[in-house]
Amino acid sequence: MSGMVGGIQAYQGADIYELSPATREPKWARYTILGLSLAFFAIFLLMPLLAVFVEALRKGWDVYWQAITHPDTGAAIRLTLLAAAIAIPLNLVFGVAAAWCISKFEFRGKQLLITLIDLPFSVSPVVAGLVYVLVFGAHGWFGEWLSEHNIKIIFAVPGIVLATIFVTFPFVARELIPLMQAQGTDAEEAAVSLGASGWQTFWRVTLPSIKWGLLYGVILCNARAMGEFGAVSVVSGHLRGQTTTLPLHVEILYNEYQFAAAFAVASLLALLALVTLGIKLFIEWRSA
Amino acid sequence: MAQTVGKRVLPGFGLSLGYTLVYLSLIVLIPLSAVFINAASMQWSEFWQVVSSPQVVASYRVSFLTSLLAALINSFFGLLLAWSLVRYNFFGKRLVDALIDLPFALPTAVAGITLSALYAKNGWIGSLFAPLGIKLAFTPLGILIALTFIGLPFVVRTIQPVLQELSLEFEEAAATLGASRWQAFSRVVLPALLPAMLTGFALAFARAVGEYGSVIFIAGNVPMVSEITPLLIITRLEQFDVAGATAIATVMLIVSFSLLLIINGLQHWASNRKRYLTGEDLA
Repeated sequence: MSGMVGGIQAYQGADIYELSPATREPKWARYTILGLSLAFFAIFLLMPLLAVFVEALRKGWDVYWQAITHPDTGAAIRLTLLAAAIAIPLNLVFGVAAAWCISKFEFRGKQLLITLIDLPFSVSPVVAGLVYVLVFGAHGWFGEWLSEHNIKIIFAVPGIVLATIFVTFPFVARELIPLMQAQGTDAEEAAVSLGASGWQTFWRVTLPSIKWGLLYGVILCNARAMGEFGAVSVVSGHLRGQTTTLPLHVEILYNEYQFAAAFAVASLLALLALVTLGIKLFIEWRSA
Repeated sequence: MAQTVGKRVLPGFGLSLGYTLVYLSLIVLIPLSAVFINAASMQWSEFWQVVSSPQVVASYRVSFLTSLLAALINSFFGLLLAWSLVRYNFFGKRLVDALIDLPFALPTAVAGITLSALYAKNGWIGSLFAPLGIKLAFTPLGILIALTFIGLPFVVRTIQPVLQELSLEFEEAAATLGASRWQAFSRVVLPALLPAMLTGFALAFARAVGEYGSVIFIAGNVPMVSEITPLLIITRLEQFDVAGATAIATVMLIVSFSLLLIINGLQHWASNRKRYLTGEDLA
């Protein structure tokens, strides 16, 4: 059943199309379509993926190892993990709350609310960073108050965390909303009428039925949180070892012409992407 | 009736809606409104001078044209890829299907430096074109390449489920009535896929217009030639020209909101069309 968990598609053999003459293309057409699409796939997706690792190891394992064990890389890893560790739980709780009220109740303006939740996806990452500069920056709304109280948000860690929360805002909600809408309210109503409390109903009835969709939203959220570049770049200030996340560290190394080191750090992020895709496949297999 | 009962029986409506609205306002709505409020405090002439200056207008042209072309390329190859994945069996199909989402999962900065390495004149692909006198990286063509990479999954993942659920009966009926395979495709299948294709196109275009990370490494960033609009916001901020950055951001936000409305409309159309074509209306 496709669309059961958001964007997940069930894998399906193509035999039914290949067996019927009504849906079977002539051989030449079939090979042209397959050839063109696989060539495009190889050039645009496969080659960049391979190139990350080839470039990373171009100067050998020693340089690679030095780059990923450098203290600045370590600091970047810690900051990246910190931003994700704050952004994901917050957006997870929000996603569940939003999906609960949207899928289990009828109210006016629901469609508008769904659209507003998607808003961060349609805003350029650069604008996402800029909005926090306007609110918390030196000349921003709270700039004076913050500097009087010696609190730094922009060009400091809190700004990076805020920008990360913004760009990953919709991920969990948009996976859960269609899933929970499709499931309806029957199971929960039965639980409540049998005497379960609201929290019991949520933990024992709703949560087990949405766990794969939830996990799916979380891993997408995580991939974006750890990989975000544009938004955090605006608010970071690029203080080496202090306000650089992994993608920003890649940029600094690259701009210093330390290409092998830049690609070595980039290969860590590429591995993260592969792990993300692996977990996604696993979830699709489990929920198919 | 079930709905009214549900409203009364299930708890947590006030709490969940209240939390949703507060969090949405704090993280998204209030910060975003800052752009418009700050822009409104500018003089109109001052605002207009920023957003209509030659360098900024040149960046609109670069961003718009490269995003449009990239979305078109993605619509064509995205359709072919979705078709191959749904209709054919081939070796490595699962790997191809899984890696379609790579641009979603791979951080944009990584994509950016990797694509510039591949398409630079000594790179795997760039070196093939260099003898012909064609420069790919550090030109507008480089921007096009990066935006094509970024947009591909949007198109494939919008067309694929529609194609998968498209009832075979339509094509069988067409064949029975004597239509050739091409006629069946162009007159029966393609119209059914059109809303999904347009949605995918619009999603890829919207993403491309705002994209930053994957583009700046490969663009070369030559003023008037290969500067994208988001880069100009960054440049203004680096010069401490927050007002200028805000003015350009206002234009970008208006474009983003318009695209969001268009995409919503297209998705609505697509879901209606899908319900009709998969026979759900009859059930």
